[in-house]
Amino acid sequence: MPKAHVYKRDHINTDEIIPARYLNVDAEAELAQHCMEDIDTEFVNKVQPGDFIVAGHDFGCGSSREHAVWAIRGAKVAAVIAGSFARIFYRNAINCGFLVVELPGIEQKIKTGDELEIDAKNGKLINKTQNQTYDFTPLPDFALEIINNGGLLNQLAKK
Amino acid sequence: MSMTITEKILAAHSGQKTVKPGQLINADIDVIMCHDVTTPAAITMLAEKGMDHVFDTEKIVVTPDHFQPAKDIKSAELHKRLDKWCKKNKIKHYYPVGKAGVCHALLPEQGHIRPGETIVGGDSHTCTYGAFGAFSTGIGSTDLAAAIATGQLWFRVPSTIKFVLNGKLSHGVYSKDVILDIIARIGTDGARYQAMEFTGSTVSQMSMEARMTITNMAIEAGGKNGIMPVDDITKQYLTEHLKHKTEYTIYESDPDADYDRVEEFDCAALEPTVALPHLPSGGKPISEVAGMEMDQSYIGSCTNGRIEDLRIAAAILKGHKVAIRTIVVPATPEIWKQAMDEKLFDIFYDAGCVVSAPTCGACLGGFMGILAAHEKCVSTTNRNFVGRMGHPESGVYLASPATAAASAIEGKLTDPRKYM
Repeated sequence: MPKAHVYKRDHINTDEIIPARYLNVDAEAELAQHCMEDIDTEFVNKVQPGDFIVAGHDFGCGSSREHAVWAIRGAKVAAVIAGSFARIFYRNAINCGFLVVELPGIEQKIKTGDELEIDAKNGKLINKTQNQTYDFTPLPDFALEIINNGGLLNQLAKK
Repeated sequence: MSMTITEKILAAHSGQKTVKPGQLINADIDVIMCHDVTTPAAITMLAEKGMDHVFDTEKIVVTPDHFQPAKDIKSAELHKRLDKWCKKNKIKHYYPVGKAGVCHALLPEQGHIRPGETIVGGDSHTCTYGAFGAFSTGIGSTDLAAAIATGQLWFRVPSTIKFVLNGKLSHGVYSKDVILDIIARIGTDGARYQAMEFTGSTVSQMSMEARMTITNMAIEAGGKNGIMPVDDITKQYLTEHLKHKTEYTIYESDPDADYDRVEEFDCAALEPTVALPHLPSGGKPISEVAGMEMDQSYIGSCTNGRIEDLRIAAAILKGHKVAIRTIVVPATPEIWKQAMDEKLFDIFYDAGCVVSAPTCGACLGGFMGILAAHEKCVSTTNRNFVGRMGHPESGVYLASPATAAASAIEGKLTDPRKYM
């Protein structure tokens, strides 16, 4: 069952998600080996396919490196749920077809190890461990369309 | 309807009479900046999708900079992919090693930045170009790929915060101190998703180099773009630098334009400022932090690696010896040559500094000055996140070239006014 990895911190930046010392490659599998390395060296050993990253405000601030999204996606994380997102990370995630959920204060409510489920279309985050449901504003239709098409380039290629 | 400068540019590029904050638009792109970290991935994506073409060979400007000259085998492979693609697609404005420089210093210098245009780049500090009255923002590789192939991108029109900067900067205080102070006050997310419009007498007294230091760091407050009005100083710079296309359109914010808020700053009262680790919002007046011991001083980057910055540092270092490792990185080959011609390299050499080739280098922890565990670096760069310049347990202290130079002499954070 997909579980939460909670970081009770604001401003987790792209340098922590994927340090620049690994930016000399852009292969997703290689980046994934260093995902979250400068904030939690054990993350890559703990994460299981389909898990979630939960964090505070302004997640993904800093560099425009899409490598941050690729590292997380490459680590088989299903979605990032955060209080809020920095602009470029948020945009990159949508463009990659990667789900991001904005829920202010969520990092205080969910505990590491909680089992989670997301209903992106209807804006529901279900915490099965705590038997709680949190409502969030679903992504706007145009963004959901990009995600459902598997990212911006797949969408453009279809046109 | 009244509009801000940002709204006017976005309206003009999306075929609309007016736009308002929150509106989704598809905008035509005038200039696309490409470098060695984010562009190779965009090229690969385009090839995979069968979209391996460029919308306009003259609107794409390419320079390797982050790891140039190639720092290792893997970065050499990135450069090789970039080089092959530029040649195959006949990219007109390609600056390979020898001509390559730190992108945000190189593009204005080589005449690729014009007022009123929409500029995107695969780098978060692309907001720098807003100093010229252009809409300019950083994007990731997928956006870059889409822009390269189609010449268009979707945007949500940002609301604007107006920063009115008034007062004459006192001796020893620079535009870097101004932007560090602004970020300290509003926070690293104080302008998240928003346009930051900088006006006022402090801005109008600044050179273009100094202005670019301010717009460069708009992203450090979460801003989508930084922007400034065009004036005679802008026009003079453009007259000296534009060579490919010399005409441009000047947009001005309407007096009754709708701002999210207006922030006023009395810059005359500012003192040299240092942002302590690990956020750019950690700014403190030098009087509070002077004396903290450093291991390295780094003078360079897209924020402060221009000729004016090197002159400021050299004036302070002249006749002194540095007490710690001091690395000077002219941002472009032209700046490098100019610094050499002006004998600034003699001053750096005599003081015991090392001068590097133009590169982003250690600013992002690439190479040319990486920090070991527990080391501290006073740096003229733009970010001091955990591990930014090397080991996750090192620390970066953001400052002006003057403060970085004075601190190099004493080996600890030092008020530059002491050496002026």
